[in-house]
Amino acid sequence: MPLVTIDDIQIEVPEGTTILEAARKIGGDIVPPAMCFHSKLKTSGGYCRTCIVKVEQGSAKDPRPMPKPVASCRTNVMDGMVVRNITSPENLEARAGVVEMLLINHPLDCPVCDQAGECHLQDLGYEHGKEATRFEFARREFEPSDIGEHIKLHMNRCILCYRCVKVADQITDGRCHGVINRGEVAEISTYIEKAIDNDFSGNVIDVCPVGALTDKTFRFKSRVWFTKPVDAHRNCTKCCGNVRLWYQGEEVLRVTARKDQWGEVEDNVDGSTAWICNECRFDKKNTSDWTIEGPSKIDRHSVISANHYETNLRNIKADTLKMLGSVPHGVKVELGTGALDPNNLHK
Amino acid sequence: MTTSEQIVFSKESLDVVQKMMLRYPEGKHKSALIPILHIAQAEFGGWLSAPVMDYVAVILKIQPIEVYEVASFYSMFNLKPVGKCLIEVCRTSSCWLCGAEDIIDHIEKKLSIKVGETSSDGMFTLKAVECLGSCGTAPMMQVGADYHENLTIGKVDELLEKFKSEDKQSRYC
Amino acid sequence: MSKKLLLKNDHIHNIHELSVYRQNGGYSVLENTLKISNPENVLEEVKKSGLRGRGGAGFPTGLKWSFLARPEGVPRYLVCNADESEPGTFKDRYLMERIPHLLIEGMILSSFALGAKTSYIYIRGEYFYVARILETAIAEAYAAGLLGKNIMGSGFDHDCYVQVGAGAYICGEETALLESLEGKRGNPRIKPPFPAVAGLYGCPTVVNNVETIAAVVPILELGGDEYAKIGIGKSTGTKLISASGHINKPGVYEIELGVPVEEFIYSEKYCGGIRGGRKLKAVVAGGSSVPILPAELILKTANGEPRLMSYESLGDGGFATGTMLGSGGFIVMDEDTSIVKNLYTFARFYHHESCGQCSPCREGTGWMEKILHKILEGHGTIQDIDLLWDIQSKIEGKTICPLGEAAAWPVAAAIRHFRNEFESYVQNPENIKDIKHYYRLQN
Repeated sequence: MPLVTIDDIQIEVPEGTTILEAARKIGGDIVPPAMCFHSKLKTSGGYCRTCIVKVEQGSAKDPRPMPKPVASCRTNVMDGMVVRNITSPENLEARAGVVEMLLINHPLDCPVCDQAGECHLQDLGYEHGKEATRFEFARREFEPSDIGEHIKLHMNRCILCYRCVKVADQITDGRCHGVINRGEVAEISTYIEKAIDNDFSGNVIDVCPVGALTDKTFRFKSRVWFTKPVDAHRNCTKCCGNVRLWYQGEEVLRVTARKDQWGEVEDNVDGSTAWICNECRFDKKNTSDWTIEGPSKIDRHSVISANHYETNLRNIKADTLKMLGSVPHGVKVELGTGALDPNNLHK
Repeated sequence: MTTSEQIVFSKESLDVVQKMMLRYPEGKHKSALIPILHIAQAEFGGWLSAPVMDYVAVILKIQPIEVYEVASFYSMFNLKPVGKCLIEVCRTSSCWLCGAEDIIDHIEKKLSIKVGETSSDGMFTLKAVECLGSCGTAPMMQVGADYHENLTIGKVDELLEKFKSEDKQSRYC
Repeated sequence: MSKKLLLKNDHIHNIHELSVYRQNGGYSVLENTLKISNPENVLEEVKKSGLRGRGGAGFPTGLKWSFLARPEGVPRYLVCNADESEPGTFKDRYLMERIPHLLIEGMILSSFALGAKTSYIYIRGEYFYVARILETAIAEAYAAGLLGKNIMGSGFDHDCYVQVGAGAYICGEETALLESLEGKRGNPRIKPPFPAVAGLYGCPTVVNNVETIAAVVPILELGGDEYAKIGIGKSTGTKLISASGHINKPGVYEIELGVPVEEFIYSEKYCGGIRGGRKLKAVVAGGSSVPILPAELILKTANGEPRLMSYESLGDGGFATGTMLGSGGFIVMDEDTSIVKNLYTFARFYHHESCGQCSPCREGTGWMEKILHKILEGHGTIQDIDLLWDIQSKIEGKTICPLGEAAAWPVAAAIRHFRNEFESYVQNPENIKDIKHYYRLQN
């Protein structure tokens, strides 16, 4: 198995693992942020460039450094590869540049955006962004539109991650929205007014890393940090029925798929991805519709995890590794033996 | 052109389309999309309306969005109506160095339209475009499939007169 | 130094016709090769020739061919990149228009070497009339048994088709070209895999520039070793240079690599000097994306050596004092030229041509254009110059495809060599020359 070093931490991973996946196995601060990659969507990734890393040594066989930063989500590890993410100031500077590009035309309308609190761009801006914009021109503007009865498209907020296009291609029958026009004015659109109408269309909301695609049934109802996530299931004829309910008091304000610490839709026990149908998402808003499993495990994501009743144990792993990150170059850290496994931490 | 019933390729165009699709391996007929859109644009009034694009989607057995995505990507496809005579003047580096802006100025005045506009009689649309690979014969403009090179104000005047009397659509194919 | 290989017959009347082309020796290389050679030998000769890709990147062609995967039972493709769109470049158009059969002969020979039964010539949509010329030539070739089944009785089958684009510079990037050829948006693919492994329709594919493929004909005629003797050092053979701008004789010139730049600009054989007897200010030597150089650095290297028209000599000094041969789009500017305005036309171009897939290019190209526009309108500040520099550095190397570099390099070079002009524009807006109006993006 290839042995790769990321920010001085070594890990062995199976052949064909990407740098990003290897970094996620290590966990903690050394994991590059990813806006467009989604492990459950084939051919995703490579577009946003936020996950770029510096490859200091290509492989044991060919130790030359890679000439440019690479997208860690689309670059496979090689045996003996040496990668720098947060231990390279140059790489952090490059990433800050990408973040700035993503923000120059962004409306920064977080106060009125339903995604606020669970927005990847918000996290990214917080971690890497500058205090003020250097962009002094009029921002690009699109009119908000409805794509389907329950989905709102705010193109102004879109970062063109292509995830929603891939969802439509890969889990629905017949895509009717896509990316039209090109360059700076490229946009997600149905081109002519058309409702996206199929049982799984709502999943575009769950994969959207920003507030471009939001759930109209949750629109302006509350802020996500005032709601409490609870895992629940029901027998559904269309989908797996495994969902996350977002409560405010006794009321279910929103139903989403269950997402993991990377914001990706989780797998069911049988290994399939837990995409949910529109009926579960938009129509089942009563506690009586569901069998409650218990409070959801939430972490990593900004304000939702703050003061959350489920203690953020997984961060212990990150902190431990941060300390280990300062061990001398070349020292191998054994992982997965149990002590650092986040699943064990919950037990 | 107002109802979808009327959007049907002529027999000649259909023959070309059929032949075109044989150029690609089985199942890869989507490759014919761009050539077919050129034919459609030429045949249906110099631009691609949504019904025309839907018709092309039916021919190729693909989703309409796949056609919209492609048609809106390429600069030669007009998604809005244009004049019968589409004048595209190159404005990039070498053409600019050799006076393209004077040519554009002159055409704007002569036709009383600005870049991006269509004359009120629907005859002319003027566009300023990026490098057309005619840098050695700058300044230049493309009208339909024809390149008009080494332009001077006098030459432009002659051409505009000629286009006025030729009441035919400029098209690429 | 004067040697013509590609354009030796371009003056012959009707050389675009098959009969005339054959009367002048056309297709004899193909005939000999099919009769006495084999694919391995052709590849060997191309390797020996030292031919480098003529589209701009200058990658060794033989090496590129040798990367082609050859799994059993999977078709392989040759695709000719005739999407010539780099501002300042018009050589492929000239070659295809004048001598279409030279390209077709090169296509068949290259396909023979690569084992490709099908090839496509992807030509930019605006060159519609050139596509027609190619279609006619291909039809002639089919009729004469030079394409199709059992070419010249050799048992080699090959089909060659023309495919038109529809207006997108990005389709000159080989994976965007393949996407476009598959009937999709011209979005560059994320690599790896490279086309040599998974290209057109997921099959192993070689994409080569028009001039590169045409050069295979003289290489096989002379032999790789003989071809390699032409030119200078690792810049072997001849190169088509598209000369434009403020020169007396713009046009396409075939040069033996190694001609001094000074000779190329001033001799009657080539550009014939600067228009109106003015002084030379700057040259963009290899198409819009390569760094612009001021007169003193384009004529002589930083070490004072005469600068030559070759990959190495133009690159001498790196980007600090050198540039690149690129596609051979040679744009000459006289003493009255506004470098800032010229840069603005480039920035507007790249903004217009960005595909929009990745963030640094989608957002950064427009940003740079807007700042340059602001400077030209007389509202620029010193900070704007520094900001431009910073933005280009944030695009370069961070994008999916080389359009990022292509957009960044001209900005960097203009500031590097002509910062005083930018400063004079922001400090004394009355110095801004040639301000009339600026055409913004139009649909």
